[in-house]
Amino acid sequence: MKQIPQNTPILPGLSRRRFLHGLTAGGVLMGLSPYIKPSWAAESTHLGMAPILTGTEFDLTIAESMVNFTGKPRMATTINGSIPSPILRWREGETVTIRVTNKLSTSTSIHWHGILLPFQMDGVPGVSFNGIPAGSTFTYRFKVQQAGTYWYHSHSGFQEQTGMYGAIIIDPAAGASIRADRDYVVQLSDWTDENPMDVFKKLKKQGDYYNFNQPTAADFFRDAAELGVGKAVSKRKMWNEMRMSPVDLADISGYTYTYLMNGTTPAGNWTGIFKSGERIRLRFISSGTQSFFDVRIPGLKMTVVHVDGQDVEPVTVDEFRCGPGETYDVIVSPQDDVYTIFAQSLGRSGYARGTLATHEGLSAPVPKVDAPEWLTMADMMGDMSGAHDMGAMASMDHGMHGGMAMAANAVHVRHAKTEYGPSVDMRVDTPRTNLDDPGIGLRNNGRRVLTYADLHTPGGDVDGRDPGREIELHLTGNMERYTWSLDGLEFGKSTPIHFRHNERLRVILHNDTMMTHPMHLHGMWSDLETPEGEFLTRRHTIAVQPAQRVSFRVTADALGRWAWHCHLLYHMDAGMFREVVVA
Amino acid sequence: MMLNKKLHSTFIIAGLLALNISTSWAQTGMTTSEMNHAEHSDSEMDMNDMDFSDMNIGDDEKSMDHSKMNMDMSAMQGGSAPADARDPHANSGGFSFDDFSDIQRLVLADEYNFSSLLVDRFEAVNTSENSSSAYDLQAWYGRDYDRLVLKAEGETDAGKLQESSTELLWSHAIATFWNTQLGLRYDGGEESDRKWLALGVQGLAPYWFEIDATFYAGEKGRAAFTIEAEYELLLTQKLILQPRIEANFYGKKDIELEQGTGLSDVSAGIRLRYEIRREFAPYVGIEWTSKYGDTANFARANGNAKSDTAVVAGLRFWF
Repeated sequence: MKQIPQNTPILPGLSRRRFLHGLTAGGVLMGLSPYIKPSWAAESTHLGMAPILTGTEFDLTIAESMVNFTGKPRMATTINGSIPSPILRWREGETVTIRVTNKLSTSTSIHWHGILLPFQMDGVPGVSFNGIPAGSTFTYRFKVQQAGTYWYHSHSGFQEQTGMYGAIIIDPAAGASIRADRDYVVQLSDWTDENPMDVFKKLKKQGDYYNFNQPTAADFFRDAAELGVGKAVSKRKMWNEMRMSPVDLADISGYTYTYLMNGTTPAGNWTGIFKSGERIRLRFISSGTQSFFDVRIPGLKMTVVHVDGQDVEPVTVDEFRCGPGETYDVIVSPQDDVYTIFAQSLGRSGYARGTLATHEGLSAPVPKVDAPEWLTMADMMGDMSGAHDMGAMASMDHGMHGGMAMAANAVHVRHAKTEYGPSVDMRVDTPRTNLDDPGIGLRNNGRRVLTYADLHTPGGDVDGRDPGREIELHLTGNMERYTWSLDGLEFGKSTPIHFRHNERLRVILHNDTMMTHPMHLHGMWSDLETPEGEFLTRRHTIAVQPAQRVSFRVTADALGRWAWHCHLLYHMDAGMFREVVVA
Repeated sequence: MMLNKKLHSTFIIAGLLALNISTSWAQTGMTTSEMNHAEHSDSEMDMNDMDFSDMNIGDDEKSMDHSKMNMDMSAMQGGSAPADARDPHANSGGFSFDDFSDIQRLVLADEYNFSSLLVDRFEAVNTSENSSSAYDLQAWYGRDYDRLVLKAEGETDAGKLQESSTELLWSHAIATFWNTQLGLRYDGGEESDRKWLALGVQGLAPYWFEIDATFYAGEKGRAAFTIEAEYELLLTQKLILQPRIEANFYGKKDIELEQGTGLSDVSAGIRLRYEIRREFAPYVGIEWTSKYGDTANFARANGNAKSDTAVVAGLRFWF
């Protein structure tokens, strides 16, 4: 293992050094607290820019470290003492050996998100192995068969929330396919000073605990004045009858979360340095445990070139949404001196922020967080084309990119038997299947926003076979009980899902909830397809929007036991999780 | 915004409509578990009369043609599985977690036990003649769909427990928003000593009414029924108005406790709380109580008032 100095030419401009404590929201740099004198402080321990480790042999140590993001010192779980964890730089075709030593008092694990490997190396306790017990070392060893931007994180309890996430960059064996003068990892995450289990317990008692954007009586009277009493009443009627909240955008908000960019608070303003005229590759890694981020750089077009570790045909946008687990690499070519990288949370309760600048200390205006919207009919009931003419349909959907797929008429939705009980608060019989909708809060915002329909893997479908069969899985939950499940069954009541070795199958994910769920299948690619069944993009994480039905193909070429779950950590932990057995 | 008097009252009526102070919820809500929308046309909600443009706060809403809308919303919730519903285990290929004994099976939070204590009312009660205090709490322990529930409420006067009702129940989820509750109730305090079997439902009716309705069977052929409804109206994100109504019915006269048959008493209160944190909210309110039938006659015979109004101040908290 070779530790690259911070001014490495591999990722130029990473020369700044931050000690492992954060900045208060007021932007005051805290002095080294008396708490923060751990042994690792002498080593290269940073907050705001992770060290880069290269080579084929790696030693990672998991331990508790004191951090301070909000003005209050808190204990985090870290890998080699930094948040984010070290950037691991591998090379396609090489075999890497990673010794992970657990210095916590509890069991831990590391999962290599999106990496193809033997299942015993996948790092999911209870599925791929027994975890890494306190005080022990586990050695991961596998051949790197791919290239691109990936990440790694703990798969034990809530350790991902408390700091265990880092980037993986794999250099292609054949040389870089994407040319850039500079290359930055931009890892987005969320931090809470609370014990994540306390957060979870609060949600179990009050699902809207963290939602301070609820409809109030004052809102009603304002609507009544603006729209008229009748419309103000009917606007609320259906939601109230169904006991569903139109503002249920995110379970956990800025009330407890501090949103981080490369482990740095908005006040801390992580800064990437560039020279005017350079092409910069920004590797966005969405590591929020419970947060979607809507990313834009005002004044700069972003060309998306690489998604979930796969090159895509370049598409230039103003903004994109990234859900937990997803990665998006963009190329920007700044001409001015300074730009803000702005990543607001889907719930619009806060943002992560950083800066691209020609030198340290510059900052550009930070946009205001957009006003949160109410979920629409399309987010609850899906595609109502059965009851509509085309004109009404298009406006209903708000997709705004045309190409409205009408395939939903042909969809015969079969809910699971177990979706008719207390675990499920709604079922969608007329799902929307179009992929050209950027989702709630991004429709019609005047910016060109990336959608799944924009993403094409060059060269098309690698496997080429037609799927031999279909598996349908419904994403389900009950916000009142704060239960999350698949087909109405939490993990504890489920059975494994069997993929036959080397079969090509189609998976249909059908969202019977009003939240977007980033579904991550371990060990194998999820080849996203259009509603008409044409191959689009090779993904490892697919975000399914409310009342949406998407399908993807899987080549079941990886023998063993694999996890498949919603990458919203609190949904996963609530049981929105399945095991896949390839045999 | 200037409002004349007439417009103002229209707003208040509309506000009540928005909260839907109506009776239709009772039917649609209470029968959720067994509701089959195909057979219960009265509970179907015809979307024809709804103005969907209001669901979409967009500039394109005018282009929508609502007359063509004909969705059956009730099919989205509750109901029972049709014959062709999928078997969620159909894709297991015969595998079960027992096949993998080398690795200890993953256990997620759906198999954890959680617990909670909510003290909904903990208050000083002041009438023109008396000051006392009252409590109303609910605690639970268990998992998502099956819990042990403790409910307790009572009044103390001059440091003595005047009356109390304590229930220990098994709560079982039967529908999306509803739990059945089965267990025991004990009424104690200075004036009472009664034991009951309890069977009830607790849940959330359409329009967000929290309902708790329980039937009790006691010794010597006694029977009772209690229904309680609560609503939370958000004035702001933290200032919350909570109307609450409770009614008690008895099947048999209880001379010792001075209770008549039928409707015995109703209490209705409204409390305004400020959530300093979600878990910690002081409040003030007014509680009105009235006795009916023979219970009222008993009260009158003892020289007590049939109804009473109290000012309350207290704390709502949970953890």
